Amino acid sequence: MNLTLHVWRQKNASDAGRMERYAARNVNPDMSFLEMLDVVNEKLIEAGAEPIAFEHDCREGICGSCGFMINGVAHGPERGTTVCQLHMRHFKDGDELYLEPWRARAFPVLRDLMVDRRAFDRIIAAGGYITARTGSAPDANGLPVSKENSDRAMDAAACIGCGACVAACPNASAALFTGAKISHLGLLPQGQPERSRRALRMVAQYNKELFGSCTNIGECEAVCPKEIRIEVISRMNRDYLRAAWKDRSALRDDQPEAEPRAGGRR
Amino acid sequence: MVLDSKVPSGPIEQAWDKARFEMKLVNPANKRKFNIIVVGTGLAGGSAAATLGELGYNVKCFCFQDSPRRAHSIAAQGGINAAKNYQNDGDSVYRLFYDTVKGGDFRSREANVYRLAQISVQIIDQCVAQGVPFAREYGGLLANRSFGGAQVSRTFYARGQTGQQLLLGAYQALEAQVDAGRVKMFPRTEMLDLVVVDGHARGIITRDLITGAIEAHAADAVILASGGYGNVFYLSTNAKGSNCTAIWRAHKRGAAFANPCFTQIHPTCIPVSGDYQSKLTLMSESLRNDGRIWVPRQARDMRPPAQIPERERDYYLERRYPSFGNLVPRDVASRAAKAVCDEGRGVGETGLGVYLDFGDAIKRLGRRVIGERYGNLFEMYERITGENPYETPMRIFPAIHYTMGGLWVDYQLMSTIPGLFVLGEANFSDHGANRLGASALMQGLSDGYFVIPYTLGNYLASNRLEKVDATQPEFRSTAVEVEAKIARLLSVKGKRTVSSFHRELGKIVWDYCGMSRNAEGLRRAIDGIRNLREEYWRNVNVPGSEGDLNQQLESAGRVADFFELAELMCIDALHRNESCGGHFREEFQTEEGEALRDDVHYQYVAAWEYKGPETSPELHTEPLEFNYVHPAQRSYK
Repeated sequence: MNLTLHVWRQKNASDAGRMERYAARNVNPDMSFLEMLDVVNEKLIEAGAEPIAFEHDCREGICGSCGFMINGVAHGPERGTTVCQLHMRHFKDGDELYLEPWRARAFPVLRDLMVDRRAFDRIIAAGGYITARTGSAPDANGLPVSKENSDRAMDAAACIGCGACVAACPNASAALFTGAKISHLGLLPQGQPERSRRALRMVAQYNKELFGSCTNIGECEAVCPKEIRIEVISRMNRDYLRAAWKDRSALRDDQPEAEPRAGGRR
Repeated sequence: MVLDSKVPSGPIEQAWDKARFEMKLVNPANKRKFNIIVVGTGLAGGSAAATLGELGYNVKCFCFQDSPRRAHSIAAQGGINAAKNYQNDGDSVYRLFYDTVKGGDFRSREANVYRLAQISVQIIDQCVAQGVPFAREYGGLLANRSFGGAQVSRTFYARGQTGQQLLLGAYQALEAQVDAGRVKMFPRTEMLDLVVVDGHARGIITRDLITGAIEAHAADAVILASGGYGNVFYLSTNAKGSNCTAIWRAHKRGAAFANPCFTQIHPTCIPVSGDYQSKLTLMSESLRNDGRIWVPRQARDMRPPAQIPERERDYYLERRYPSFGNLVPRDVASRAAKAVCDEGRGVGETGLGVYLDFGDAIKRLGRRVIGERYGNLFEMYERITGENPYETPMRIFPAIHYTMGGLWVDYQLMSTIPGLFVLGEANFSDHGANRLGASALMQGLSDGYFVIPYTLGNYLASNRLEKVDATQPEFRSTAVEVEAKIARLLSVKGKRTVSSFHRELGKIVWDYCGMSRNAEGLRRAIDGIRNLREEYWRNVNVPGSEGDLNQQLESAGRVADFFELAELMCIDALHRNESCGGHFREEFQTEEGEALRDDVHYQYVAAWEYKGPETSPELHTEPLEFNYVHPAQRSYK
């Protein structure tokens, strides 16, 4: 099959950028989307043109590197599927596809379809961990975890940090990402000692980044390639409100004390 | 070059405890005076950087991806081994040690393997403490499953995402240290060379992948945890970015490269579907717990599997190896698959595939239980092939997955360059000629959490290192060489893309240095690689410039290194006139077609020293002694 691609090209963060049109010819339905782009790029290089820059690594839907909008939908039309797992059999001859990078102020565009997602790492650094010095751990079976909690923690822990949730959200909120980590660790007994501190610090960091607020729209859940549920946002709100009453001293010096924004209306 | 493994004397059960007591320590208040570089943020690198940060060292950590959490450890599916014996089925530290030495076909260093088995129990404790959501039984205790090469159930897992969850534990701990100011993280920064001052590793040269800037970083010790070199085959289960550059450049600066021909082929991967194929997708070995592998008895039987009755199916692993059945080690399973496909009994359009069938398991356990165990793997398979494993057997074929070879290290995980430590898949140490399933995750975390914190301290406290800084001449001259190589790649402006060369290189090594090798084929491969490499430097087309983001340039440098490594790999395979583990020389096999080792002549580690461009490498050998697990013909019957 033959397709027409309209791809966002942008040289760097300060370049205005524009859409450019490309032909993808003789596309095999068993190809993955990125393999199709590889072929387009090989042709561009052979013609002396600049290949399309896009982020990718594992090509099996787990590293979270890849991701862009296809016709306005983060990671494209298939549910629970990253762009690298999307295969061309889901498209047909003559299709016209618009490829754009994640659009969010917190994710500045670096080049073409590549964006800077370090804001996510900073949110994790603010509290998305359990403090457990190497060597100090008790026996692994010393702390039973109910199968139900373990499974729910695993559901939330499945987040790959790709940023689709931010890209799909009209507010560019990172609530699903932050909520997923807060839920994963907060559902486990090991995560209890730091539960308040974690919620306060991670939410404060997310407010400090340029993400918008969550207003319970739900676009995030619809595009998440790991099908994380928005109940993780409820958990985050609950943990945050509880912590905000009980203990504000956990905030770092550089994090402002602010009205809780996550989950509330502006 | 002298290879001194520094294994402590005395009984193996006490070797590591003895070593830890004898090693020198760095006073807690002095640790912050030392600068350590860690390259790579996978299980080995991430855990090392986090732990060294906790101890108080100043750590600079580098990765080429946009975030440390993208390291390819993330893709490991099946699980992590540990000798906890929670299942009460006969496991012990000694048994895990024994299984690993035997599984490695008696080509690994016993003391390193024993230590690995010993430390395995602490790894699980550490991961649980960090919140890794391992699977649990209803009573709240940890669940286990079996893996290839073992008759006990010792593998801990988190659905089909064990690698991701373990890596997130290490990544989160790493980010906590970044927040605390003890680790400085440099993402999108690729190491392109090692700087050696007065014979010690004292820093690295890096390229910023966004701005193109070449920078020098000085340190008191350098740790490489940059993963394996499977992508020398172009098609492998590795991530597209996985490469050998960090270890290869270190090799050219004096780090011996051990056993490069010991590459592992994983038996259960999704078969190739076309020429545009960019990588191969692994289907976890854990599937072999419940799936049954078969091909039709008849050659070229093109009937859909549902129409082939039981008596016309050959469950060839169960037939050939009754006691291990579908759970034979990877090298045995891969060769068996190749054998039946060579006989014309392979399935799928290309005839390069065998069935992994869950029909019986679904009848026995029900769809829901199978879904709980393998649901996400089944979905992954269906996304790629469009076929539903609940309804029709999966098609699988062997593919390159892991590399047992890597930089030579001693018992302290230090290479032949003082101050250069190598962890995880990047080193050669623990898996011999074949790695058992679920042990790569174990090794990465063992090296990073529990070995390097001790051995690094010993190195720092035992050596009076002069202070160096990045403006010194050695840093400048190394940076100049890096810039020159980049300029050369960009100046060729030939006719072929980097990918097209990489694909052709991959085909040569897959055909002649893959599952099955012979002397003539290897010689042909060496010639083919040399010719192709010569053409590369004459005809490669690397568009763009060095001063900004240039993915083609990144690839070009990595492929240039793959050419050189591929040649060494074939030289190593040619020199080793025996079959062992993943290295199968057709000239050396038993009557039943199993690997035939030559313990008289080849019971050693082959450590190659780089002697210069267009010069043959020099072989050094470390003889291996097996005092505890006595070499025997590996039988999984």
